[in-house]
Amino acid sequence: MELKEKLISSFLAFENHVDIDSPIHDVRSEAIKIFETEGFPSKKEEAWKYTSLNSVLKHDYSVFPKHEKNIEYNDVKKYFIHEIDSYKIVFIDGKYSSHLSQTTHEGIDVCLMSAALNKPKYQLVIENYFNKIATKDSLSSLNTAFSQEGAYIHIPKNKLVEKPIQIIHFSTGNEAALLQQPRNLIVVNENSHVQIIERHQSLTDNPVLTNSVTEIFANKRAIVDYYKIQNDNENASLIDSTFINQKQESHCSVHTFTFGGKLTRNNLNFYQNGERIDSTLKGVTIIGKKQHVDHNTLVHHIEPNCESHQDYKGIYDDSSTGVFNGKVLVNKEAQKTNAFQANNNILISDKASINTKPQLEIFADDVKCSHGCTIGQLDESALFYMQSRGIPKKEAKALLMYAFSNNVLSSVKIPEIKQRITKIIANKLGVNMGFDL
Amino acid sequence: MLKINNLHASVDDKAILKGINLVVNPGEVHAIMGPNGSGKSTLASVIAGKEEYEVTEGEILLFDENIDELAAEERAHKGVFLSFQYPVEIPGVSVTNFIKTAINETRKAQGLEDMPAKDMLKLIREKSEMLEIDRKFLSRSLNEGFSGGEKKRNEIFQMAMLEPKLAILDETDSGLDIDALRIVANGVNKLKSKDNAVIIITHYQRLLDYIVPDFVHVLHDGKIVKSGGKELAHELEEKGYDWIKQEVVT
Repeated sequence: MELKEKLISSFLAFENHVDIDSPIHDVRSEAIKIFETEGFPSKKEEAWKYTSLNSVLKHDYSVFPKHEKNIEYNDVKKYFIHEIDSYKIVFIDGKYSSHLSQTTHEGIDVCLMSAALNKPKYQLVIENYFNKIATKDSLSSLNTAFSQEGAYIHIPKNKLVEKPIQIIHFSTGNEAALLQQPRNLIVVNENSHVQIIERHQSLTDNPVLTNSVTEIFANKRAIVDYYKIQNDNENASLIDSTFINQKQESHCSVHTFTFGGKLTRNNLNFYQNGERIDSTLKGVTIIGKKQHVDHNTLVHHIEPNCESHQDYKGIYDDSSTGVFNGKVLVNKEAQKTNAFQANNNILISDKASINTKPQLEIFADDVKCSHGCTIGQLDESALFYMQSRGIPKKEAKALLMYAFSNNVLSSVKIPEIKQRITKIIANKLGVNMGFDL
Repeated sequence: MLKINNLHASVDDKAILKGINLVVNPGEVHAIMGPNGSGKSTLASVIAGKEEYEVTEGEILLFDENIDELAAEERAHKGVFLSFQYPVEIPGVSVTNFIKTAINETRKAQGLEDMPAKDMLKLIREKSEMLEIDRKFLSRSLNEGFSGGEKKRNEIFQMAMLEPKLAILDETDSGLDIDALRIVANGVNKLKSKDNAVIIITHYQRLLDYIVPDFVHVLHDGKIVKSGGKELAHELEEKGYDWIKQEVVT
């Protein structure tokens, strides 16, 4: 049976299983219809021109894992930013692990989507926010139809949440092939500040496909800093769709660090619904072998006096392929917009490739918008210069790559994340750096 | 220390060095002069191990070892230092981090532990003061936006930090005003000892007023056509290079 048919018949079983009176019952039914009509996206669609899902859709995925498995914290500690005190929402094969998690309801809600969907006290927030900004494309709709579990974070106004929140999904290989569809809802009210770290990690070589949807609402003057660490093994694929709705004077940043995975697609959409908003989208991608990464961004400037800053760096080795598709849409009313976009790439191997496409649609006449894409190789004369000072070629290359991605790391506000990313990069490049950038 | 025998080298199949012979002993300062395009910078790059240059004939011996097969970093580990005519800009790497990496990689190759941070800082302070380098300068990205003089001073700073056995200064005087020239020359003179040697590659005699060479060689069309003492540099300054060319022809 094709995956699509399997999902549609699974949905019927799923519906009988869960509460038909669930407040999102209608939303789910509508979503499965969209998926049923559209199916999985193909390369014929403009947004998927350079990314084919064929190789990841061929597996016979379990949609609802049957077996539970526990894992010991010490075995997976390295996947956490464990040096810092944090809240943790951890899932194993899509199921919540209370053992590894540390949630809270004290003043803020850092808990589970399943609880939020089922308990009456959350109903109002669900009605107001759930599936309100996620687009109605087929993959997000598929996630909506099956949405059951994920992180639910609700921060009331005037809260500075000092501990970052880590959302981590482990897959254990308990199923021959696993499809996960986490659904996160994050609502940050006026003047509040929250930092979130998200990671997906497969612990075996069994194929895993994750179709994740996250909706983030940043209300007036809220600050949201989101870090995505994508360093999964090479049988795991991720389709991540993150939607951020910003109200006036809010500041949101998303840093995406992509080093692992077989296929990674990041759909990152920012909607600026207010004035004097600041949006930051940054990414470092370092991949090789036959890995594929596709960054698909949208910043929609709806109101005047807002800023957006996009800076994506990519380093591609072996036969890896990359895509950057960055769309900036400036409405007629959005005067005095400052929108910057940069995408710089280094191809280390002759077989690696990148397709980069800036898309600017500007309807206002008093704006500053810039974009720039570069594709190049490592500078041979810089390598010789460094070698002549005693730095071996391999280390010299690594140092140049570090330097290249340095300004993306410089805006990371949690030093432990910066150190971790530095370590992952050093590891990835097989070198030991004498300092942290 | 350095012995070059009948060295021929080419880049992209174009022969540039056509039979160089040169012996440099510890404690000596050699100046290599010559008109543009005579092969001076190529000689410097070939000794330092630039990959694009192919040695087609002859050999370079460093401490009696043929270094033809050694990578540039391995030559550096054995004590070769090249001060670049055009130092490369490396955005994102500070002068301090760069030199730390260079020193510790060299120590690693010699089987030594990393230099303790305290010693490193002390050394950096000492050498930067000697070359009158501002502390703020050290945290800037390597060579990025540096003036010509700053770049050259930074080269000599790295040389002072790395304490090479054989230093090759490729057109270090170009782009320097007279004050910077004096500072750089003083730095080089302070680093000179009976155990190390310096090769100065220059077009003009100017730098040689400050760093006095023991030997002067004139390079023309890929060959050393004349060698002599420091007075040869003065003669070249007065008469230009044409008489050498004439002499070669006749």
